[in-house]
Amino acid sequence: MIDLSINGERHSVDVPEDMPLLWVLRDVLGLTGTKFGCGVAQCGACTVHVDGQAIRSCVTPASTVVGSEVVTIEGVGATDPGGRVQAAWLEHQVVQCGYCQSGQIMSASALLAANPTPDDAAIDEAMSGNICRCGTYPRIRAAIKTAAKA
Amino acid sequence: MGDSLAFATRAAAAASSTPASRPANLRLTRRGLLGTGLTIAFALSPLGRKVWAQGGEQPSLRAIEGQVEGGDTGDAFQGFAPGGFVRIDPAGKISLLIPNIEMGQGIHTAEAMLIAEELEVGLDQVTVLPAPPDEALYKQPLLQSQTTGGSTSIRSTWVPLREAGAAARTMLVQAAAQRWGLDPAELLVARSVVSTPDGARSATYAELVEDAAKLPIPTDVPLKDPARFTLIGTPAPRVEGREKTDGTAVFGIDVRVEGMRIATVSACPIFGGKLGSVDDAAARAVPGVHDVVKLDNAVAVTGDHYWAARQGVDALGIQWQEGPNAGLNTDALFAALKTASETGKPILAKEEGQAQAAFDAAPKKVEAVYQLPFLAHATMEPINCLVHVREGECEIWCGTQVPTAAQAIAAKILNIPPEKVILHNQLIGGGFGRRLEADYVAQAVEIARQVDYPVKVVWSREEDFAHDLYRPAYYDRIAAGLGDDGMPLAWIDHVTGGSVLGSYLPTGLPDGTLDSDAVEGAAEPPYGFPALLVDWVREDPPVPVSWWRGVGPTHNVFVVESFMDEVALAAGKDPVEYRTALLARNPRAAGILKLAADKAGWDPAAAKVAGEGRGVALHLSFGSYIAVILDVAVTPEGAVQLKRAVAAVDCGHVVNPDTIRAQVEGGLLFGLSAALYNGITVENGRVVQTSFDEYGQLRMNESIPVEVHIVPSTEEPGGMGETATVSAAPALGNAIFAATGKRLRSLPFVPQLSAGS
Repeated sequence: MIDLSINGERHSVDVPEDMPLLWVLRDVLGLTGTKFGCGVAQCGACTVHVDGQAIRSCVTPASTVVGSEVVTIEGVGATDPGGRVQAAWLEHQVVQCGYCQSGQIMSASALLAANPTPDDAAIDEAMSGNICRCGTYPRIRAAIKTAAKA
Repeated sequence: MGDSLAFATRAAAAASSTPASRPANLRLTRRGLLGTGLTIAFALSPLGRKVWAQGGEQPSLRAIEGQVEGGDTGDAFQGFAPGGFVRIDPAGKISLLIPNIEMGQGIHTAEAMLIAEELEVGLDQVTVLPAPPDEALYKQPLLQSQTTGGSTSIRSTWVPLREAGAAARTMLVQAAAQRWGLDPAELLVARSVVSTPDGARSATYAELVEDAAKLPIPTDVPLKDPARFTLIGTPAPRVEGREKTDGTAVFGIDVRVEGMRIATVSACPIFGGKLGSVDDAAARAVPGVHDVVKLDNAVAVTGDHYWAARQGVDALGIQWQEGPNAGLNTDALFAALKTASETGKPILAKEEGQAQAAFDAAPKKVEAVYQLPFLAHATMEPINCLVHVREGECEIWCGTQVPTAAQAIAAKILNIPPEKVILHNQLIGGGFGRRLEADYVAQAVEIARQVDYPVKVVWSREEDFAHDLYRPAYYDRIAAGLGDDGMPLAWIDHVTGGSVLGSYLPTGLPDGTLDSDAVEGAAEPPYGFPALLVDWVREDPPVPVSWWRGVGPTHNVFVVESFMDEVALAAGKDPVEYRTALLARNPRAAGILKLAADKAGWDPAAAKVAGEGRGVALHLSFGSYIAVILDVAVTPEGAVQLKRAVAAVDCGHVVNPDTIRAQVEGGLLFGLSAALYNGITVENGRVVQTSFDEYGQLRMNESIPVEVHIVPSTEEPGGMGETATVSAAPALGNAIFAATGKRLRSLPFVPQLSAGS
């Protein structure tokens, strides 16, 4: 059994040691807000927070986050930057298909937690691991700046 | 315009007993289809309000945690439901059934706005649901099937969805008038409340639905003067925006039902290859693996979760029967296109004047060859489909642009009637044309029929790249003969490539028949040419092909608009001035070109900055006009930096300016990713690219804002989901030429620049 703390709740899951956190979240715990995009940490759709850091859950074995606090898109709204980021996303009407947006919001929230007033270069650095095929990047950038001011 | 609309005929044919239309019938015109007779039929089916009982009479698994609500879940609806689009239950809950599927383009919002405007309700008062598969109710007039594609949604529903809202409102007002003994024309209605002008009497829709449901559905409903619109034309927020920011949105891949297992698949990586033998001992030993399922050309492993299924597939020892394409490679595919272009028999698409003779006699000639690669859709949501096959019936959860075709394919495989297939359509995590195909539904049904539990088939990203149906490659020879004044005397465009329509139609496309998609964007240029010749040589590749965002125009406008710059250069003219001179009889096109040029500050006399350049592209696609001006810088190493993008759009009536802006911003960036980086190549019969490292996408650090200027218009609305994608490659190619002096006539651009060619 692997003991996990996710969005402040404790879960014991009977899964293989090497099973990525992504699939524990989605297929075992039913937290489907975190998305599968590539499985090889190239697209960022699976981004969650582990102790506040944005990580790619598709390549992170669940057993390596035992003892850490995991936050997903389902829980990030209760955090300070997370709630502001979600509000800014709505204000700027960022989403299109929406599939990548959980990961985008998680990356943006981690950015703002670490750097409350990011400049464009900081946004580029923090957000360039997250692909959006719909091309919502200009609105994401604007929303991050709005969230930073909120 | 709009000839590629014909692509939905597969769905129409699959979903009814009517054979596919003959190609001659495929050229549907908007004008011919939006007559009131057809539109009222679309809005107000004779099936009327009984249709909603259908789902409830069928057993249906409930999605876990109540993820899927209403309509298609098997909950019989009791209440007021005049036609297929509006439902109001006795408690007053208003649901709008949206005929087109939401895949990012904002259609759930825009179509809800059309209904709500006439129903006199706010978007905050309604629940939006995807329409269930039902051709009788939701056959879309332009595509003649229940299909979302070709940027046809608003063009098709602009009138009938407003009529649906108006019909329902008329009945509710009539019910109030009867109750109060008043003339309905005297009553006011706003935000789902009917009242007398003095306010003495009022009734909510909830209080009126029982009486309204007893009234006949009106067949002739006057629509509001657009000057009185209060919702249409406003930047209303997306109806599904919140759920897409808090993780609660349910895409096909997210659906979970009781007893479900997850499968993943390995299909033969060689086009047309089959399964030989498989050693599955190691796969079956993987903890959490349940079954190994063999298909004709693939093996699937089911498990407790994706990880078990993934490891199971990885542990399979598969021998493929590679088949005749095992030696196929990209060079041979392009060589075949070149040979076909030079020696094949062309099919005439457009001939005005004596183009060849005029070209031959022209004092100046410009000629070029353009090549376009195969492209993958690479939707962010990998291909997936959840199926439960039961005795005599089947239940499916997935995102599909063709719900009735998907239903029909499942029924055919299982040899059951289509109505025994319950299909729950879901939000789509990126379509771009990929989910116009139902190959993945068929595969999932083939897997699910071999197990006794619901199974959700989820492809890996690698499988998604390897088994897409690709935008075809093209080899086009284009030429212009110029007069002494530098203006065209003749314009000749010889297109060569595979037929998407021929691949898509269940009946195929007979040899010698024009595929209108192959020449869309070439055969109807916005410019006035004294003589024009456009033809197409069909050369179907042994690679599966399908629709890709922007369809024919994405291909042809790249060629036309790149070459237009070449011709302007040969004439010694400025690209914008040259185009403008050819638009004397096309004021809408000339208008947006001028607007874009003004907003961008286009200045032919501007000083040249080394390594920087500006390009323009103009076209009319899907009923909308767009001009894009793009500024780039190209480094000595061949890296392309986007600097600025300005777009001017005339798409007729605007339903939601913010979703139009979003489609221009995102559609342009989508097209720029492809133009900069993307091409699917083939080696030994296999697709080379496996993931986003080999199929690069624009990322945040490369993206720029897009300045969007929308022209106010009362023309019929045009499509906007693909329009800006079409602009990307030609605007970028022209900008790169301006920056570097290199005319790039094939895509993608970056590999050519970085190779120093």
